[in-house]
Amino acid sequence: MQKLRSQNGLMGWLMVSPLAVVLLIFLVLPIIMIAVVSFWRATEFSIIPAFELENYTFLFSSPVTYTVFLNTFKYALLTWMFTCVIGFTVAYYLAFHIRTLTWQVALFLLCTIPFWTSNIIRMISWIPFLGRNGIANSTLISWGVIDEPLDWLLFSDFSVVLAFVHLYTLFMVVPIFNTMMRIDKSLIEAARDGGANGAQILWNVIIPLTKPGIMIGTIFVVTLVMGDFFTVRIMSGSQSANVGRLISNDIALLQYPSASATAIVLLLTVLLVIGILLRFVDIRKEL
Amino acid sequence: MTRYTKRNGLSRRTLLKTGIATAATALAAPMVWAQSNIVLRQAGTGVSAFNEIAAKAFDDLGITLEMTALDSDAVTQRVATQPNSFDIADIEYWICKKVWPTGNLQAMDTSRIANYDKIAGTFLSGKLTPESNIAQGTAPHTVGFTSGANGTDFVQEQSGWMTLIPTIYNADTLGIRPDLIGRPITNWSELLNPEFKGKASILDISSIGIMDMAMVVESMGEYTYPDKGNMTREEIDLTLAIFTEAKKNGQFRAFWKSFDESVNLMASGEVVIQSMWSPAIAAVRSQGIPCVYQPLEEGYRSWGGGMGLAAGLDGAKLDAAYEYINWYLSGWAGGFLMRQGYYSAVPETSKDFMSDDEWGFWFEGKASQGDIVSPQGTIMEGAGAVRDGGSFYDRMGAVACWNSVMDENQYMVRKWNEFVAA
Repeated sequence: MQKLRSQNGLMGWLMVSPLAVVLLIFLVLPIIMIAVVSFWRATEFSIIPAFELENYTFLFSSPVTYTVFLNTFKYALLTWMFTCVIGFTVAYYLAFHIRTLTWQVALFLLCTIPFWTSNIIRMISWIPFLGRNGIANSTLISWGVIDEPLDWLLFSDFSVVLAFVHLYTLFMVVPIFNTMMRIDKSLIEAARDGGANGAQILWNVIIPLTKPGIMIGTIFVVTLVMGDFFTVRIMSGSQSANVGRLISNDIALLQYPSASATAIVLLLTVLLVIGILLRFVDIRKEL
Repeated sequence: MTRYTKRNGLSRRTLLKTGIATAATALAAPMVWAQSNIVLRQAGTGVSAFNEIAAKAFDDLGITLEMTALDSDAVTQRVATQPNSFDIADIEYWICKKVWPTGNLQAMDTSRIANYDKIAGTFLSGKLTPESNIAQGTAPHTVGFTSGANGTDFVQEQSGWMTLIPTIYNADTLGIRPDLIGRPITNWSELLNPEFKGKASILDISSIGIMDMAMVVESMGEYTYPDKGNMTREEIDLTLAIFTEAKKNGQFRAFWKSFDESVNLMASGEVVIQSMWSPAIAAVRSQGIPCVYQPLEEGYRSWGGGMGLAAGLDGAKLDAAYEYINWYLSGWAGGFLMRQGYYSAVPETSKDFMSDDEWGFWFEGKASQGDIVSPQGTIMEGAGAVRDGGSFYDRMGAVACWNSVMDENQYMVRKWNEFVAA
């Protein structure tokens, strides 16, 4: 008996080891490497192993860092707000207003169709649409809504957030839809029997029960937006910066240590944000 | 990354072609390398890494060129740190200023360069014609010569030992949409003219963008730089402060980083005035949209590239490299590059490889007689067109500054990041 138990333990270890090895090699080691390099020194041509805090002191003493981190949070917050409202509405409609499972699945698949194309193409196609002489402006002018083309439609914070919302709303729809489908319909009936109106049911029954889905979607959206650099560069016409662009600028100039330091700070920031989010909802308990 | 490889005996057709080419050029070229399988690895910035040139070099000389195109930062690093990874470095002159002192490139004996005397004066004395002024910045002749075969310094006279053989160069200025501006533009300062609020753009590549900015600041009369190509910290602050204010006032529609972005901004009418490169102007025009590479009173910002030999190159490979360079300067390659709107180091040898009309249009600044066709076969201009800026001597004679690397480069880059984030 004793022998069997120890063998079980061994089997258990063996069974998790492939995953552990993969994570170790492809996740943990690279991050350790980045952390190590962030303390190195760089000249114009080479990087020199060292243990210096220069990269971090420069990062924290530069006003650019704070502007850029603030900007990154701004994009993350705005994108989260819009994707959350749109994602919740779409999921709610699919889960509670569509009656048959076939139609639910069909409409859900319909939502995913735009995601069959590259997200770079989906993003860049906004540029001719929103441009000064683009479809949006010429339509509004022909309707007589505006006299002059609206310049803020493109190469602005508006276009950046619009592109993010367009790219990432599905990441909200999927987990919210998933949790909503698990809600026992009899709970809603019970609430209605107890005299609750539609708004009360939504606020007191459905939202609390979909919190884990909202939280998973939030984690997706926040991490994707905070790690992005390409969308911000293209949609702002290179005129605003987020942390990702700071890192990519450093890499272009071969300043790998300084890029690593920024990456580590970004990683810690994102982990902190997710840590705070998880305080609100225990995802594992409610899944 | 583009890479061109053409090996001997890959196909029967290649063999046949080589055979014919060998027979045809046996009299003209002193040596043909086809039998010895010489391969030269050329690493460069990609501006001049054309497959057509590699193919023609193979046909004429039997030398296989493996071309690797990298961005300028990567090629700088490679020349400085991996000297065995290339045979020929195809770099810009400001990169040469950075990497020559490492000793990873070897000096070229000018007595082995057949057309040395015919190389444009810009690269020898700094003066295109005896009356020309020497431009600011990293002018090619200031980093073009070294003291001896093993020199790691730069000398200001023609010492007989060259660092780089010039290959390709041009004079850059602002591109404009004449149809949307509707009045003549004659000064760099127009880039910050409030009239073009929200319709201007500048390139987001710090080392080049800062030079365009300096041209604008001088033209506005805000400041006259002792040397635009080597600013002090105060001068960098001053320059970027002027542009940061303009950015906050909404002067710029966008910044561009890649060639196609600059084409799209101009073609869509988002931008009517911006820093631009010559082939981008051609791309806008080929869409039937009027676009002018506007010559300006203050002159051009110029750039130039050249080929350097790796320090480790010797024996037959070194001979082949000289052979290739002599071939490069002998005219065909120059004609090919001039048909793209660039200039070649020895312009006169290219005349035999271009039609009279092409030579008149690209070099002499004359009106074209018929269609002007690019080497790839697209029609660039119809009859009666005149090149913006005129002749070679009008354009290259009016260079105000060269692309440069400053002593305060790292400071400048940090300030540039602040400008983008502002």
